[in-house]
Amino acid sequence: MTEANGLIQPNDSDAHDTWRLGDLDLHSRVILGSARYPSTQVMLDALSAAGTQLVTMAIRRVDPKATGGENLYELLTDRGYLVLPNTAGCFTAQEAVLTAELAREALGTSLLKLEVIADEETLLPDPIETVAAAAELVKRGFQVLPYTNDDPVIAQRLEDVGCIAVMPLAAPIGSGLGIRNPHNFELIVSRASVPVIVDAGLGTASDVALAFELGCDAVLLNTAVAQARDAVRMARAVRHAAISGREAFLAGRMPKRFYADASSPMEGRIGARNAAWP
Amino acid sequence: MNTHSADSIEVTVNGEVRVLRADMNVADLVERTWGRAVAVARNGEVISRAAWAATPVEPGDEIEIVRPIQGG
Repeated sequence: MTEANGLIQPNDSDAHDTWRLGDLDLHSRVILGSARYPSTQVMLDALSAAGTQLVTMAIRRVDPKATGGENLYELLTDRGYLVLPNTAGCFTAQEAVLTAELAREALGTSLLKLEVIADEETLLPDPIETVAAAAELVKRGFQVLPYTNDDPVIAQRLEDVGCIAVMPLAAPIGSGLGIRNPHNFELIVSRASVPVIVDAGLGTASDVALAFELGCDAVLLNTAVAQARDAVRMARAVRHAAISGREAFLAGRMPKRFYADASSPMEGRIGARNAAWP
Repeated sequence: MNTHSADSIEVTVNGEVRVLRADMNVADLVERTWGRAVAVARNGEVISRAAWAATPVEPGDEIEIVRPIQGG
């Protein structure tokens, strides 16, 4: 690690710690959403501070009355970011598949964050519709990254139908509650042969570090960064947390013990029975 | 579009009923839209950009025109 401008720069070995997502080799393990920032400039600064390569966008109807204006997609792609379209807001596999087809046509990418939600209150994934949509989209040649519950069985089903990654939620979208069931993530990681990306519900840097300590391959955040008091600073914190958590995972943590285990040797301590006191 | 005549057709674009010239194709409809990243579905089927000009807009069509926006 080297310090420059107060930022920890990954050294050569970190730069080689890439991960494979479909046909992409990525060095950044932080994927960010593009919504809810105080301004476009803050978003661009936050993306840069997080060191992210992949940015999510939603697909929506054009407003016939809109005059065009700033085109966020061009702003991102012109700066070299890869855009990952999502199917946010879809409630059925059928809606998700048409949205995916439109996304592929509009953006010229087969990458897709599949999101099929059950209801508007929890925004929790509908696992039945998600697996059905994933299977159909894989058949149609998409590289599918499904947003899913932190359920090891559903994660396995999604891998079985050919998804290139699984994206279990830490907690409900936008809740910032962090990883609610770390053990489920350990189970998912231990059985998955595709990347595990923690999507949704991460609230701050320590949540990100924990995701990596549990062995996850990447994280996807939006609100945690965009709605922080200082979004750019939080983006930087998330980048550092990702490096920290990943390093800790690779280092291999010590075993946990119930009782204390002295670090300083017990042998060679002095005798003080006759010392004057006070 | 002013009056509903024999030369005009009714189609649904992004959920709103619109009256268009009868000889319009998808390219005409989308032409004055927004940036390079736009996609069109007609009656639930995506029409590739290359096929826009050859795809007529017909009465009763349901057209969806979408683009990427900010999202998580």
